[in-house]
Amino acid sequence: MVERVDKVVLPGDILTDLSESEISSKIIIGPGLRQEADEIIVSKPGLLRLKKPNVYWVDCQQKRYVPERGDTVIGVVTAKAGDAFRVDVGGSELATLSYLGFEGATKRNRPDVKVGDIINTKFLVANKDMEPELVCIDSQGRSSGMGVIGRDGGYMFQCSLNLVRKLLSPECVLMKLLGRTMPFELAAGMNGRLWIKARSPKQTIFIANAIYASEYMLNEQIKAMCSKLGNVSIGT
Amino acid sequence: MPTGGSSNKLSKNVLQMKFMQRSVLRIEKEQNEEERQRVIDDEHWVLDIPVTHQKESRFVIESSLPKIQNLRFSRMSFKGFNPEVEKLMKLHDTERDLEEAERKEKEISVGDVEMADRYQNLIGTISKKFAKKRFDKPASDLGSEEKEISEKKAKREFLKPDENW
Repeated sequence: MVERVDKVVLPGDILTDLSESEISSKIIIGPGLRQEADEIIVSKPGLLRLKKPNVYWVDCQQKRYVPERGDTVIGVVTAKAGDAFRVDVGGSELATLSYLGFEGATKRNRPDVKVGDIINTKFLVANKDMEPELVCIDSQGRSSGMGVIGRDGGYMFQCSLNLVRKLLSPECVLMKLLGRTMPFELAAGMNGRLWIKARSPKQTIFIANAIYASEYMLNEQIKAMCSKLGNVSIGT
Repeated sequence: MPTGGSSNKLSKNVLQMKFMQRSVLRIEKEQNEEERQRVIDDEHWVLDIPVTHQKESRFVIESSLPKIQNLRFSRMSFKGFNPEVEKLMKLHDTERDLEEAERKEKEISVGDVEMADRYQNLIGTISKKFAKKRFDKPASDLGSEEKEISEKKAKREFLKPDENW
């Protein structure tokens, strides 16, 4: 299977001779691959990726978000429904977020969440048969960066799912370099939404444009861009 | 309900009357009896088909891309814009790096079981080696040529069969 790694695969392709772990002799298959009996069938068009020694997945260009358990996403509260909030995360249906799913929330002490708030949150339940469910605390009951964001400013925008993954990947240098040019903060949702906040609107636009521009850039190009931007931003 | 079965059942209101109490008890008893007869034995739940063995799958499905790609913490802050987030970021990054290092080490390093196995074999072979030498040595030390020759002679001698046999 080595010859097909990093090449284009199409839905319906059958993969054979996948390399397995030497210790457990298991193969881990990720998104875009499906197991049918003893075969692995591709279910998304894209590039086949391999993380040594035994993890395979398909990297595909997409904008449509499909909820996945454990993903951190950025949502917008659209309604209050009794003891839960209805949150738009860009999936096929609205997700519910219980009011008890916030740090320090009890039955008596309700969290301060209003319709229209932007929240950074995580999927607790997400599968094709059930309504997705969100939560704003980790397994220890701490918020760990989740909850309502952007009450006092900030800018949310939409980009492709790949770009978010690229920004968060350990190899990508963009965020590190941008962080050297000016102070700002950012929240990235796996649903393709980014939220940024900087000292001024000018800086916010500056960062958003840099992120947009980097989508198809290599690390060297990003470095070149950031050094150019660094010179400009000193003047701002 | 014009069916024949229901026609001989008495209505609830009638059964509540005092003079009907005896027949109420009787009906209850009958019903209990029926239920007891219908007790379901274990065979009822077993399908009469040959046993199928489920193979252990070679594949593990991991649908979370952040885990696969080892993505960074989704909130970032730079140059002290939001110290709280910056602290979380650092914590998360060190945790992630440790995990990754551990994973790599696991793939490369030798497992406990393998190590134990290897040592067992090693001990066996080495002890054999020493054992051989120890047996050889006394023979070669003491073995003057005379003794060897006498041994050879003794070997060549014809052994007469016992006449008493």
